[in-house]
Amino acid sequence: MALDVTIENLSFWFGRQQVLKNVSLRACQKEVTALIGPSGCGKTTLLRCINRLHDLYAGASVAGKILIGEENILDAGTNRVELRRRVGMIFQKPNPFPHLSVFENVASGLRLHGLAYGRSLRERVEACLRKAALWDEVKDFLDRPGALLSGGQQQRLCIARALAIEPEVFLMDEPCASLDPVSTMHIEELIKELQEEYTVIIVTHNMQQAARISRQTAFVLHGELVEAGPTAELFVHARDSRTEAYLTGKMG
Amino acid sequence: MPDTKWRLVKSFVPEAVCRLAALLVISVLFLILYYIFQRGAGVISPAFLTALPTPVGVPGGGIGNALLGSLVMVALGALLAVPCGVAAAVYLDQNPKSRLAAACRFASRVLTGVPSLIVGLFVFTLLVLRTGQYSALAGGIALAVMMMPVITLSAEEMLRLVPNSWREASLALGASKKQTVLRLVLPAAAAGIAVGVMLAVALAAGQTAPVLLTALTSIFWPENLLQPTASLPVLIYTYAISPFADWQQQAWGAALVLVVMVLMLNIAAQLFIAVKNRRG
Repeated sequence: MALDVTIENLSFWFGRQQVLKNVSLRACQKEVTALIGPSGCGKTTLLRCINRLHDLYAGASVAGKILIGEENILDAGTNRVELRRRVGMIFQKPNPFPHLSVFENVASGLRLHGLAYGRSLRERVEACLRKAALWDEVKDFLDRPGALLSGGQQQRLCIARALAIEPEVFLMDEPCASLDPVSTMHIEELIKELQEEYTVIIVTHNMQQAARISRQTAFVLHGELVEAGPTAELFVHARDSRTEAYLTGKMG
Repeated sequence: MPDTKWRLVKSFVPEAVCRLAALLVISVLFLILYYIFQRGAGVISPAFLTALPTPVGVPGGGIGNALLGSLVMVALGALLAVPCGVAAAVYLDQNPKSRLAAACRFASRVLTGVPSLIVGLFVFTLLVLRTGQYSALAGGIALAVMMMPVITLSAEEMLRLVPNSWREASLALGASKKQTVLRLVLPAAAAGIAVGVMLAVALAAGQTAPVLLTALTSIFWPENLLQPTASLPVLIYTYAISPFADWQQQAWGAALVLVVMVLMLNIAAQLFIAVKNRRG
């Protein structure tokens, strides 16, 4: 089940430094929303607020609302473990569990949450590897350590791992940044398929990529959301001059 | 060109000095090994390893009880020190900046530098004097005190090598902190922690003062943990300073057994690292 992610007046601080300033954005279900902006603008922080991964670090504080469906996940009472089961995340650098085999990497979330055992576990793992377009490449090496796969395969393994626990939202933090063009193409095709079932929010430095895969694009600068709109429109007629400058490479 | 020559000499001399120093370190080990082998190999036999000691002049004496006693006390020490040390390391890794962590790290570093004689005296005063009893238990505790800081510090290093990105992968998958530590961080660091434990065990196995002051020694088989117990280092010490040739001979044999055990632990640790590295 996919749900809209609605961010309302979100501000975020690391200690005294304000990283996000009053950001509001809606990422609609079954759509890809791309976050673009220069390094250090706060787009990754924005992404990591949505699964509250920043709570782990001392000095982080947050104000505003993030609704998944109707539920404000920034509420103090939110069960973070349950939240992260519902919000899958793909990182910039592929991070399969190094001590686990290909199979166990995908099974890890299922085992963790006690979602499947025995035969149904094996079926789920296969289904997720197929969905991640990795099955044909790894079906004979399921017992090998996941860390021995190529970078692109590792990233698809991470996607399969995230798929296994059936999240509602997919967060992707520059998932292709460390991959070659062919692997990037694989992942992009995968993202297009994911959006048929999930809400996908992706941070990318690659504007062509944003244009290729996203329905909506949001431009973040110095912690502010400058503008957000349908990708096709934003890339042709940016309303804000800063967006236009960034898109045309005339910034700074 | 003389300038170039001078520069070559300048770069060659320090390199040669360092190379010599490295050779010196290696040769010290080999000289010790060679010497002990030469003097001790003659007395090694199955009977020597399994028999009880005999009085001076009576042939057939062995080191069986001392070998067993050493194994028991080192195992006991490891049993106490490993869980404690690893648990403390997990705390240090999870709360690296807390005051308790800083204090724990400082204490561990100081403890690794405290002479083993002092550790022996400490346990002697605390346990042996109070209970009026030398025992293998006290010996094990003294060895645990020796091992714990080494294990804590090395295990923390190993845990810290587990990258943040792996931990975040686990947390983002909905694992709690506890699950992340138990299912990811500890297994990923296990091989490295094991190496640290082996080295700590090797270090403890050869300690004389802590066991001498706490377990004393014995000429009988150890029957329980609450009686004086023989150990290899103490046996070597007593035999070596005795004026009797056959005891001195046996001291060399016992020294060989101890050194080989420590050597094997170190080699095992190296192999462990090699296998781990090959697996990536």
